[in-house]
Amino acid sequence: MFHWLEKHPFFFAVAVFLTIAFAGLIEILPNFAQASQPTVGTKPYTTLELAGRHVYIKNNCMGCHSQLIRPFKSETDRYGHYSLSGEYAYDRPFLWGSKRTGPDLMRVGNYRTTDWHENHMKDPAAVVPGSIMPAYRWMFKNAADIDTAYAEQVTVNKVFNTPYNAEIPMADGTKATVPLAATLDEAKAAALEEAKVIAADMKDQDVKDAVAAGQVPEIVAMIAYLNSLK
Amino acid sequence: MENRPLEYDYTVAKWFMLTTVVLGIVGMLVGVILAWQMAFPAVNLMAGEGLAEYTNFSRLRPLHTDSVIFGFTLSGIWATWYYVGQRVLKVSMAESKFLMVLAKLHFFIYLLVVVAVVGSLLLGISTGKEYADFEWPIDIAVVVVWVIWGMSIFGLIGIRREKSLYISIWYYIATFLGIAMLYLFNNMEIPTYFASGGIGAWYHSVSMYSGTNDALVQWWYGHNAVAFGFTVPIVAMIYYFLPKESGQAVYSYKLSLLAFWGLMFVYLWAGGHHLIYSTVPDWMQTMGSVFSVVLILPSWGSAINMLLTMKGEWQQVASSPLIKFMILASTFYMFSTLEGPIQAIKSVNALAHFTDWIVGHVHDGVLGWVAFMIMAALFHMAPRVYKREIYSKSLMNTQFWIQTLGVVLYFTSMWIAGITQGMMWRAHDEFGNLAYSFIDTVTVLHPYYTIRAVGGTLYLVGMFLFAYNMYKTMTSSRRVEESELQNASPMGA
Repeated sequence: MFHWLEKHPFFFAVAVFLTIAFAGLIEILPNFAQASQPTVGTKPYTTLELAGRHVYIKNNCMGCHSQLIRPFKSETDRYGHYSLSGEYAYDRPFLWGSKRTGPDLMRVGNYRTTDWHENHMKDPAAVVPGSIMPAYRWMFKNAADIDTAYAEQVTVNKVFNTPYNAEIPMADGTKATVPLAATLDEAKAAALEEAKVIAADMKDQDVKDAVAAGQVPEIVAMIAYLNSLK
Repeated sequence: MENRPLEYDYTVAKWFMLTTVVLGIVGMLVGVILAWQMAFPAVNLMAGEGLAEYTNFSRLRPLHTDSVIFGFTLSGIWATWYYVGQRVLKVSMAESKFLMVLAKLHFFIYLLVVVAVVGSLLLGISTGKEYADFEWPIDIAVVVVWVIWGMSIFGLIGIRREKSLYISIWYYIATFLGIAMLYLFNNMEIPTYFASGGIGAWYHSVSMYSGTNDALVQWWYGHNAVAFGFTVPIVAMIYYFLPKESGQAVYSYKLSLLAFWGLMFVYLWAGGHHLIYSTVPDWMQTMGSVFSVVLILPSWGSAINMLLTMKGEWQQVASSPLIKFMILASTFYMFSTLEGPIQAIKSVNALAHFTDWIVGHVHDGVLGWVAFMIMAALFHMAPRVYKREIYSKSLMNTQFWIQTLGVVLYFTSMWIAGITQGMMWRAHDEFGNLAYSFIDTVTVLHPYYTIRAVGGTLYLVGMFLFAYNMYKTMTSSRRVEESELQNASPMGA
């Protein structure tokens, strides 16, 4: 059979393809629908949080920080409850990372605050002596891309039915709703309102001035995103 | 006319040889910068505060991985394809104008993609998935390049004189099919600009998969991009170049059959070992783990087949630096394909995952196996495509030892770093509290990061020697005809 295949390139290619496609079908398909179900209490991102998530991706934070707490005592002691599949239901892309040069950030919103992040992003080694993380001072100057974040919200709402403007069950039995603005201008206004809350806890005067003038620096969106990780 | 040997056309092979060398140096230079940044964070500011955004570790890291994978390695694969393909199929590129145009198109569109990738990664335009960082416009261009290559493969096969496909061709076909399938499915994404009716950045997209599913598809891709980018085509090379250079016939045809079909079947299952103790179902993690261990068989099948090909001719390892490169490559292949399965065992993975040990594993595979084999292939090709002798054998020897030392420093330091960090993360004191804060597990690694940076720098020095040697070979070495070169092949022209 193999000799025959070696003389018939087309059938050879078909045989190779079937051999390699087989595993993917069996491993990926059966679980597909189940794995995309959210856990109770998991909400989609607001416009500002999503813009912050884009800043996180733009600067490749996942190159050094995981967002995946494994079910070991040493990890739950350090980072909190181990990760559940449904907590990632609205993560496109997933940001588990593959290397922990720095600590896990899956629940960083539970134990770090806005001003901690502000100081840390400006000069990591001043906050954590011995840190090898570089400073991210340009985030204080660059403007966050709210437009693209809003476009992504509209897209996932339309294409994947991500539940914006819909009641979402929370762990304590209450319902929560994450609004999706009807227009880009409304989205910008809402993001700015969120940004003002963050900026109020910050010390950097340039950032405060920018937000007061109606702009959203990357650092504000970034902190909104980090605070949402719980 | 009938009795003249075929004149092969190496135009495109030469172009890809050039990008192999250039992108290899770029990718490894960025890697060395990253290594020094981890040892000494001040290096992040090497171009000043103003440019820090573009020179800091996190922005540069994808540029390193992508330029080594999609720059250096892919160029190497294509350089060898446009050389090996013609020779084992006994047909010249010059015989088909169509294939020639296709091959040139292949090269130039690839160059455009390289430029677009470098620019977009520096600007931070990324989908956020490792080794699949490119946004949709680049993805489409990549698919075009890939389809052209496929047409080139099957076009050349279509007009072949040698009816039976040599082992290397099997592996090139598998590379083409494997990457095509993986890349397409993993990069399924929706451009937000169009879906939202024209809002935001035009190049931005959102993944079709979310969370755990996205992770599953990504590591099915990520692991098998290693399979079909770093293993399969490199095996294609060694099956051609080692017998050619040594003048020895491949040791066992049956073993090559077993290794090929075994590798094809087993490799795809192993992707799950990147997700052990994650939120993907337990049975998938176990499958990933088990199949990773089974993967030793086909991997070692190829490697042993190569080592036994040298049976009775081991003196060549001492006398020929080129054979040295290839034998070290297949030795590192064995080493790396043993190390990987060990890391995929669940209890070992609990310790090793997220640590530098994984980084060490990747690099003993890529530096020791992939890069050594690609450089050996280029050294073998150079006298035949440029019709000039290799400029300096002693320089080759020097390069070999400098780079070997570099790899050894790299993986030994990363072993120690990874295991140290893994042990410290999980250590509890007598009261059951965590024994170390996270930063303790970072500062302790400084010496190992420094050793790694030295190892990487040595390897880069070797790359410069390689580039210099190739340049001198191209331009000012003694002219030589292929018939004068030693080691007429067991397989004919």
